[in-house]
Amino acid sequence: MKPVALTLLVLPALLCVSSVQAAAPELAQAAGTYVISGSSQIRFTVDQVGGGGINGKFTKFAGRMRIDGNSIGASTVSFTLYPQSVATPEQRISDFLRSSAVFDAETYPTVTFRSTAVRQTGENTAIVDGMLTARGITHREQFAVRLQGLKGGTIAFNVTGDVYRSRYKMDVGTPIYLNVVKFDMDIRGDKR
Amino acid sequence: MRRDRVNGYGFWAIGLHWLIAVLILGLVGLGFVMRRTAVDPALQFSLYQWHKSVGFVVLGLAVLRGLIWLVGRHPEAVASLGPVERRAALSTHLTLALLCLVVPLAGWAVASTTPLNIPTFFFDLVVIPPLPLGRSEAGEGFWSLVHAGAAYLLLALAALHAAAALYHHFVRRDEVLSRMLGRPGPHGPHAAPASPAPNPLQREGSKQ
Ligand code: HEM
Ligand code: HEM
Repeated sequence: MKPVALTLLVLPALLCVSSVQAAAPELAQAAGTYVISGSSQIRFTVDQVGGGGINGKFTKFAGRMRIDGNSIGASTVSFTLYPQSVATPEQRISDFLRSSAVFDAETYPTVTFRSTAVRQTGENTAIVDGMLTARGITHREQFAVRLQGLKGGTIAFNVTGDVYRSRYKMDVGTPIYLNVVKFDMDIRGDKR
Repeated sequence: MRRDRVNGYGFWAIGLHWLIAVLILGLVGLGFVMRRTAVDPALQFSLYQWHKSVGFVVLGLAVLRGLIWLVGRHPEAVASLGPVERRAALSTHLTLALLCLVVPLAGWAVASTTPLNIPTFFFDLVVIPPLPLGRSEAGEGFWSLVHAGAAYLLLALAALHAAAALYHHFVRRDEVLSRMLGRPGPHGPHAAPASPAPNPLQREGSKQ
């Protein structure tokens, strides 16, 4: 849901490349609007007491990011994921996550993220703040973005962030399962 | 701690009997509801966790009862019982006591074999490790069947056992139920005479 933040990273990377190789056009190429592609990976982990935990992913999502060529801080990301598509190695756990106990996917078919601020933190890293809405509850969340590649109109980021599920009334199973959901996402964007 | 009356159940035996009985009946009801009825999934999750924690309490109490049985003196059957009744009572009691161990152990095996791999966090205090059985759907299915079968068998046997106790009390009017309630018989004190509490550790003939 926070892959958008990744876009920010692109700019510094481009700058870096351009300064070494004097390829000014690349920056211009990175700037633009990207649609998050279905080949992206949205993974999450919830640890449990005594070791181990739940590893899952979302297979259905959509989003776009706009990289501002003049100011990275003006870049934006919006992302929607469909909790109905949650998948874990155990069908019963996936069903439980979809149920009213957790995502209540029937009543709340989407989880959304809209960036509110993007801050570059390094050559190819940035922090993206935004509003995450799940189960009808909205909270500010933060994700760390690292640019991983930019090639022929396709951009790749790794995005990580911790979300406290209790904020969204999804704290069923605590303290057996920790409150923290750790997201680890590989986001690919195709330039429009 | 009071000493057993000469031919009665001691404080611990009586306390354990009724505590275990209440918990078992509660767990069978809880087990049925959480497993066989459409409850809210979040509530269902909690019910499972309570079931496992309370189930372990029963396992501990049943082990304690077994130990007390081994070291202590088990009272002889009430005098008015015939030899067949005595044998039936003894084997029922032994089977019940055994099932009170088998049922929670099989439950533990379910929690240990299910691929769901949900930790058993005893009253959210300590993690009880799984039995070393390996996780698989097949293992879970098998132990689930053993656990449910043994639990419902225990329920049926307990019902029979309770019916026998009530029969003795209200029809035969003997002291079978009264002595498990720690009272002398309601129909005249043919309970054993109170003896001058000897040291329980020096009881001779700890069991026969
Ligand atoms: C004396 C103690 C216990 C009693 C009387 C008891 C009774 C029951 C009953 C009646 C059921 C429903 C069975 C069905 O209808 O399929 C059940 C299910 C279950 N019990 Fe227990 N239980 C006890 C202890 C435990 C313990 C100690 C554990 C685990 C640590 C446990 C774990 C389970 C699990 C996981 C299920 C669900 C099984 C399934 O999904 O098939 N139980 N129990
Ligand atoms: C799950 C429920 C129950 C279990 C597992 C159970 C188990 C046992 C066991 C193992 C004994 C042998 C004595 C001992 O505790 O060391 C016993 C004795 C006895 N139980 Fe239960 N019991 C249950 C429920 C009941 C109920 C509901 C009643 C009465 C309505 C009852 C009445 C008695 C009586 C009267 C005795 C003493 C019999 C004698 O004089 O030797 N029990 N029970």
